[in-house]
Amino acid sequence: MVWAESVPRVWRERVKKYRLLGGKCLKCGSVVYPYRPACPYCGHEELQPLELSRRGRVINFTIIRHPPTGFVGKEPYVVAIVELEDGARVLAQLTDVKPEDVKIGLEVEAVFRKYREQASNGVIEYGIKFRPV
Amino acid sequence: MNGKVYIIGAGATKIGEHWDKSLRDLAVEALFAAVKDASIDKRDVEALYVSNMMSGELQGQEHLGALIATWAGIPGVAACKVEGACACGGVAIHQAYLAVASGLYDCVAVVGVEKMTDVIPSDVTAALATAEDQDYVVFTGTSFVGLNALIYRFYLEKYRVKQEDIARFAVHCHKMAVSNPYAQFRRPVSLEDVMSSPVIADPIRLLECAPVGDGAAALILCNERFLKENPRDDLIEISGTAVATDIVSMHERRDPLAASALRRALDIAMEKAGIETKEIDVLEVHDAFTILGILPLELMGYAPPGEGWRLVAEGQVEPGGKIPTNTMGGLKARGHPVGGTGVYQVLDIVTQLRGKAGSNQVEDAEIGLAQNFGGVASTVAVNILKRVR
Repeated sequence: MVWAESVPRVWRERVKKYRLLGGKCLKCGSVVYPYRPACPYCGHEELQPLELSRRGRVINFTIIRHPPTGFVGKEPYVVAIVELEDGARVLAQLTDVKPEDVKIGLEVEAVFRKYREQASNGVIEYGIKFRPV
Repeated sequence: MNGKVYIIGAGATKIGEHWDKSLRDLAVEALFAAVKDASIDKRDVEALYVSNMMSGELQGQEHLGALIATWAGIPGVAACKVEGACACGGVAIHQAYLAVASGLYDCVAVVGVEKMTDVIPSDVTAALATAEDQDYVVFTGTSFVGLNALIYRFYLEKYRVKQEDIARFAVHCHKMAVSNPYAQFRRPVSLEDVMSSPVIADPIRLLECAPVGDGAAALILCNERFLKENPRDDLIEISGTAVATDIVSMHERRDPLAASALRRALDIAMEKAGIETKEIDVLEVHDAFTILGILPLELMGYAPPGEGWRLVAEGQVEPGGKIPTNTMGGLKARGHPVGGTGVYQVLDIVTQLRGKAGSNQVEDAEIGLAQNFGGVASTVAVNILKRVR
């Protein structure tokens, strides 16, 4: 039961995940991903929904060699912190690149990709990954 | 709340792969050991705080308060599970402190427990990752090791320190654990052993990670009123305690190396205890990974940023050094049964303050401080202990 498989949970997040829907704080100007009701930096409760830039650069990364249940067999794969052009930071997998070729500063763009499958009901979970420009 | 709170009993199981013992067996064994150590009747305990992170995932078992109370033969007691990822032990002690300091209870128990070897490794990896945002972080396939690997790389990039220098923290912990009867690994390792172990998530290597293990540790806390009826010679006060949180996902923090929850918890707890850093005789840091052993030494001012590794290389973290740290082996070698960890840390300090640390004894240790991290330092508990007599 280490991974709570759920259809409504995937469905509920689809817009934020598929369109990179973030928010811009109307008080401090911070851009966050995903969209949420309160700014994590200043606490302000008005965020303008914002479809984020699909371009950015890798500011840090790791290569997962011992994955959690749900990703076993996919290793090694790269998980990176991508800073988008509008300032939001997104954690995501990199794709279409060999792990050994990834460097900090790599320019990347968002692509729509499969992340994992729910074994119990066949639901496929999609999301944004990033590939070199 | 001015009531003073004391630790009068401490007990634990050895940490390891306890194939023959269940979560409840471990918790009850530790609790009974603490009750015996305190020389009280278990029926004196009015409230029980069970710290645990993953029983729901690993055993399919929640409701640990009533379960452990029942198996300990004290049903009727107020009881609950306290969860705060890997910081739950320190948070449970904080909650127990509040309950006693408020005057509501005179005597309470904390038991921290985790049973990690009931499932296969990838399931443990997935369960540990429940400390992070499941929808937007764990969804990417990162492990908890992976997130700490990002912290590690931020550090190496910023300070241009060699990984060997950070990894040496694991060597230190193994050296300290040799004489600890509760420790999972009572054997030394060399720096070469650490640096040649497999990479788990770049750059973190296997022997830089705290191990998977089973264990439980328990404490008995009481107030002055209880002490009047149950007098004793050795007495340790919880002189400061604090819990603080940070933005839960590390990648969203302005400065991922700032450890602002640790800073905040330290400031609050040390002000309450009325102490300065230089007065701390023994320190417990949450070295789930070697980098997490080094960062707090710098944050607390024992070394300039980027130079914490020097304290380890020079033996300044050993008994007799500038700041004896993880003197019983830390998470790396004493072990890291998650729910138990924060309680083991405090138990290790109790051992030092009682002068019972054997060959690892810090001479005349009077004040000890334990830091317990949950998530990537998203929850931090700090508990400060002072020997009173």
